[in-house]
Amino acid sequence: MTQSPIITLQNIAVSFDGEAVLKDFNLNIRDGEFVTLLGPSGCGKTTTLRIIGGFVRPDAGDVFFSGKKINDVPPHKREVNTIFQKYALFPHLNVYDNVAFGMRVHGKTESQVKAKVHEMLQMVNLEGFAHRNVNLLSGGQQQRVAIARALANEPKVLLLDEPLGALDLKLRKDMQVELKKIQQQTGITFLFVTHDQEEALSMSDTVVVMDKGIIQQIGTPQDIYNEPRNAFVADFIGESNIVDGVMREDYVAEFAGHKFRCVDKGFQPNEPVDVVIRPEDIDVVEPEEGHLSGVVTSVNFRGVHYEIIVDVNGFKWMIQSTDFQPEGKQIGMMLQPDDIHIMKKSEYSGMFGDYSSFSDEMDDASVLDEEEGER
Amino acid sequence: MKAKSIAAPYLVWMTIFIVVPMMLVIGFAFTDRSGAFTLRNLEGVGQYSNVFLRSIWLGALATLICLVLGYPLAYIISHMKAKRQSVMIMLVMLPMWMNFLLRTYAWMTLLEDNGIINTFLASLGLGKLQLINTQGAVVLGMVYNYIPYMILPLYSVLTKIDQSVIEAAQDLGANQRKVFFKVIFPMSTPGMISGVTMVFVPAVSTFIISKMLGGGANLMIGDLIDMQFLGSAYNPNLGSAISLVLMVIILICMGIMNQFDDGESNGGGIMI
Amino acid sequence: MKTLSRFYIFLIFLFLYAPIFVLIIFSFNDSATMSRSVWSGFSMKWYSKLFQDRMLLEALRNTLVIALIASVVSTVLGTSAAIGINAMNRWMKRVVMNITNFPMVNPEIVTGVSLMLLFVFAARGMGNASLGMISLILAHITFCLPYVILSVMPKLRQMDPHLYEAAQDLGCNPVSALFKVVLPEIMPGVITGMIMAFTLSIDDFVISYFTSGTTQTLPIFIYSMTRKRISPEINALSTLLFGTIMVLLLIINFRNNKENKAEIAGEEEMGR
Repeated sequence: MTQSPIITLQNIAVSFDGEAVLKDFNLNIRDGEFVTLLGPSGCGKTTTLRIIGGFVRPDAGDVFFSGKKINDVPPHKREVNTIFQKYALFPHLNVYDNVAFGMRVHGKTESQVKAKVHEMLQMVNLEGFAHRNVNLLSGGQQQRVAIARALANEPKVLLLDEPLGALDLKLRKDMQVELKKIQQQTGITFLFVTHDQEEALSMSDTVVVMDKGIIQQIGTPQDIYNEPRNAFVADFIGESNIVDGVMREDYVAEFAGHKFRCVDKGFQPNEPVDVVIRPEDIDVVEPEEGHLSGVVTSVNFRGVHYEIIVDVNGFKWMIQSTDFQPEGKQIGMMLQPDDIHIMKKSEYSGMFGDYSSFSDEMDDASVLDEEEGER
Repeated sequence: MKAKSIAAPYLVWMTIFIVVPMMLVIGFAFTDRSGAFTLRNLEGVGQYSNVFLRSIWLGALATLICLVLGYPLAYIISHMKAKRQSVMIMLVMLPMWMNFLLRTYAWMTLLEDNGIINTFLASLGLGKLQLINTQGAVVLGMVYNYIPYMILPLYSVLTKIDQSVIEAAQDLGANQRKVFFKVIFPMSTPGMISGVTMVFVPAVSTFIISKMLGGGANLMIGDLIDMQFLGSAYNPNLGSAISLVLMVIILICMGIMNQFDDGESNGGGIMI
Repeated sequence: MKTLSRFYIFLIFLFLYAPIFVLIIFSFNDSATMSRSVWSGFSMKWYSKLFQDRMLLEALRNTLVIALIASVVSTVLGTSAAIGINAMNRWMKRVVMNITNFPMVNPEIVTGVSLMLLFVFAARGMGNASLGMISLILAHITFCLPYVILSVMPKLRQMDPHLYEAAQDLGCNPVSALFKVVLPEIMPGVITGMIMAFTLSIDDFVISYFTSGTTQTLPIFIYSMTRKRISPEINALSTLLFGTIMVLLLIINFRNNKENKAEIAGEEEMGR
């Protein structure tokens, strides 16, 4: 897992119609890794994928494949294959011919093709579907055909562009497990694009969080979740309360009118910072026992837990707790040192992490128009 | 991208065979025989204003009749069972597969002085009627030839009206009459517009129908143009000027029609 | 209501078909040359006369040659044009499509005379060449092109744009990706366009009339026949053409039904 990079993007810049999509973009992908590009619509993640696939030429910068520059190599000569958003199966060919397409183009003999197609269909659990019409398959089955078709070409790297976006929730979860399994079996490098943070966290070895054409953070899923680098990452990965604070000295942060012990250090004395507290880390106690206290303004049942919004001196906190708290009740909140994560101030400071305008509808709406504008 | 470049041969073709000929028409309209610039041709068109008026009048009348006759038919067909609908539409289209010269010729044999209708009237002991070589015959020929162009777009718009919209109107208290006038009729305007255009343009510019059914007395714009290019009055400069004016008239008419269309054009579509 | 609408349909279809049937009946009329509307017994003599008409056979041959060449060329040119136009940016696309649509909106007679001006001009430049088969073929390709483009375009728009990329991704170079994936995908539109071009070409009179010089096509031949006062051969010709079209349509319809059934059966099998 720690060989030299199979793909390197160096100082890539791309713009469409004068609008910058990627700015001075640098990324190394190691052989055999499962890397996920995660970000909201328009963040440039699909463009990154298309640069590697050869469908977009960067305005500036270089693309390397196993150390060789491939800027001018056309898509059909690259050793990468893509799984497209809506699969892009060839409607005029049946399952067998779709999977065989790449091998036939490369001039394999029919007997080789036959053996490989059956191997691939077996791997994606579609034996017996070889002569079906691809238009009549379910979404999940089409997805599997797309995987088989791409892998039949034995690529060094598989590019997956939101491949699970069109599936329903249950099927999506199954496919996540299956994709991860296929990746481990074949040892092929996967570069996966998604806007779904849960998907990213559960499948990847490395997550690349992007926004506005810039990498915000690269790390393991655990790093990204536990040590977000700025307010954008903290907010995009899971729920976060983000409050303004001041780092008084190493291990001491002041926010919400109190001083707290924390585990972070290395800031200037009295440096203004963003403080992240995950909703599930907050313990609910009696008002007088807590570090902070406030009034419950709304409660939503979420199955595993309740989502409780608490007003503390005008700032609305979100708490996730298995215990129900009635609206209007005064409660106390307790924070342990390792619940508190300190981040440097960034351009995203003050934009996220306050739940005063929180509503389910807004969340859903923002998920719906994902990726529409991206190329 | 490279894909664009495979349109290049067509773009060349389009320039030579659409753009250049139009330029020639304009060029001829503004020059005299020696090639000098002149407005004489356009002024000359003025003397034919009665022909223009007649053409527009007959074309508009035929269009109106097509609309009045075609709308109920399109409406009735759109309410039939799907299988029946396709048979009916095919029957509407079938005569169009016959060359329109033959269709017009068929009316000649019916309307002539010694034609079938007059023969029939005579056998009943009634006197002969002057049927052919009248304006009525010209309009009849236009309606007969072009009514399918009215029915088809109307039909395709009417079948596309979502049944749930009609049900919503009924649910909100509209009776059958109101459903028709407040929902169906306004929703079918795109079809009417493309139907009207598809009938009016060929009707106003025809020269065959007027020649075959109108006799010499009912000249239309098309006949004038024909005469300037292939007829006795050979004068391509004047012919070009007339063509130019005809084009402008049609552009204006279509512009007016599109005013009725609220934004979404091409709703009717052409189906063949 | 129902009987009323049935009666209405009956009247319209009577109007549409009566002239055609009269035409057909009188094609078997054993009349002297006196009248086309007095029945004087059954005869096939107009048919045998028709087949002895060298001019007619010549015109038929010309028409078929022109239609074949024009439909093939306009299909190849139009399909590649559509693919190229589809890849253009919005602004370019709009300009090109407006010019493409122009001959469809423009009155046929104006298109006809504009092409005539072009050909006369070009012929003069080439040392008094005259209009004929070449100019006819060029003109026919020109007016067929927009119909081919318009029937291919929707198929391209419906197509997943990633298909072309997917083929390249799997190892096709851009050209073979076009032939292996894009072309099969838009094939129905291409075939529709070609059939449309073929029928339009066979049927065209107005544009041919201005661009044919002395060459005869079937519609021009028909036109010259209607100019002679009495020519029952034309009835025989109409009957034959109408019969051919009926048979063709029946075959097409029959094949479509079969295909639909096969498709439905396929889907049902999937459902299980």
